[in-house]
Amino acid sequence: MIPASFDYVAPATLDEALAALQRHGDGAKIIAGGQSLLPILRMRLNAPEILVDLGKVSELRGVFDDGPGLVIGAMTRYDELLSDPLAGAHAKLLVDAVATVADPQIRHRGTVGGALAHADPAGDVGAPALALDAQFVVVGPRGQRVVDGADFFVDHFTTAVGDDEILAAIRIPKHTGWGTRYEKFVRVVHQWSIVGVAAAVRVEGDTIAEAKIGLTNMGSTPVRARSAEQALAGVPIEEGAVAAAVASVAEGTNPPSDLQGDADYRRHLAQVLTRRAVLAAAGA
Amino acid sequence: MTRINVKVDGVDHTDEVEPRMLLVHYLREQVGRTGTVVGCDTSNCGACTVHLDGRSVKSCNVLAVQADGHEVTTIEGIADGDRLHAMQQAFHDCHALQCGYCTPGMIMQSIDLLNDNPNPSEDEIRHGLEGNLCRCTGYHNIVKAVQQAAGAGVGGGGGR
Repeated sequence: MIPASFDYVAPATLDEALAALQRHGDGAKIIAGGQSLLPILRMRLNAPEILVDLGKVSELRGVFDDGPGLVIGAMTRYDELLSDPLAGAHAKLLVDAVATVADPQIRHRGTVGGALAHADPAGDVGAPALALDAQFVVVGPRGQRVVDGADFFVDHFTTAVGDDEILAAIRIPKHTGWGTRYEKFVRVVHQWSIVGVAAAVRVEGDTIAEAKIGLTNMGSTPVRARSAEQALAGVPIEEGAVAAAVASVAEGTNPPSDLQGDADYRRHLAQVLTRRAVLAAAGA
Repeated sequence: MTRINVKVDGVDHTDEVEPRMLLVHYLREQVGRTGTVVGCDTSNCGACTVHLDGRSVKSCNVLAVQADGHEVTTIEGIADGDRLHAMQQAFHDCHALQCGYCTPGMIMQSIDLLNDNPNPSEDEIRHGLEGNLCRCTGYHNIVKAVQQAAGAGVGGGGGR
């Protein structure tokens, strides 16, 4: 036995899951796909009293069209998202990023909501979700609330989801026809991003009409690069013009320094990767 | 202890397990399927890869209780009696192993890869196996084995 001992419950419905959280307070930990949590438990970095497994809660799974947006259930597995026609048509940036997560075995188990709630700043799902203006549907004993991306990510491994709440779904406004690209920089293919850049671009003729950019591992949370987005509006699809517009993309960010690279290196990477991502998304 | 019902290599098992028991330890120590090995214990190496409801997973990164109500296929469940699975035969024919420790996981992931993409390019094979580490072969003969198995129709393809 490698993890420390814990109790376990696998509720069949969201209401039962919420009741289990109520009953056990902050000793409870939710397990979704478990692909981030299991390594943590094996290393005994966390020792919950009880795991509440959402694996049997089928109402949290699937991608649905609600008209202007897509609702992606929190327990939708990466692999399911990768082959989902709705996600491919209307939220392709998220699909692009998910395709780079870890390896095939992990993508068969890992979930979109699990990754977002885990909130690893080096994880690949937060930046595209932010860039696509995702809203986070959080349920708890007082009902449902909707949290904007700017408020959802609070700090390293910390979100706005309370101890007695569950991230049930994210809602993404349709970005039909937008060009997309997730540029991920890693030394080893299935490792965490040193830096990642998620870019969605709406092209009109030869110019970028609108750009949305999210940055991975450039701070304690995923970051939206608003100033670069504004600078890109109306810019011709040319390498020099795009490079100039994104030159200040890392301004105001607070990236980590670690064995993979120091903060200055990451700021440089963010600039290079944003240029590449925007040009690729624009079809250059 | 939690009671679980798991079908392993076609046989139904009902067992009481500690919730913290990893699927790989359940398979080896409780079910006796020691063909699935523990490699790195960090979910990096892929040596412990099995199929859960037909899709590859790292069994060190799944709890046994999460497999309750589901079906597991290990390296010991793919041959037909004495007749090796075409992927096992291909690894044998192509000498796609040296020490052999990564082989059970490598074969299970290779089968999943061809189920997903029956006619992969060399590049797609290498990417499809990115979650499985081999420290002996340099992967060259492993890629050849997957190509042979694809040609033999594993995954439903006719090969290139």
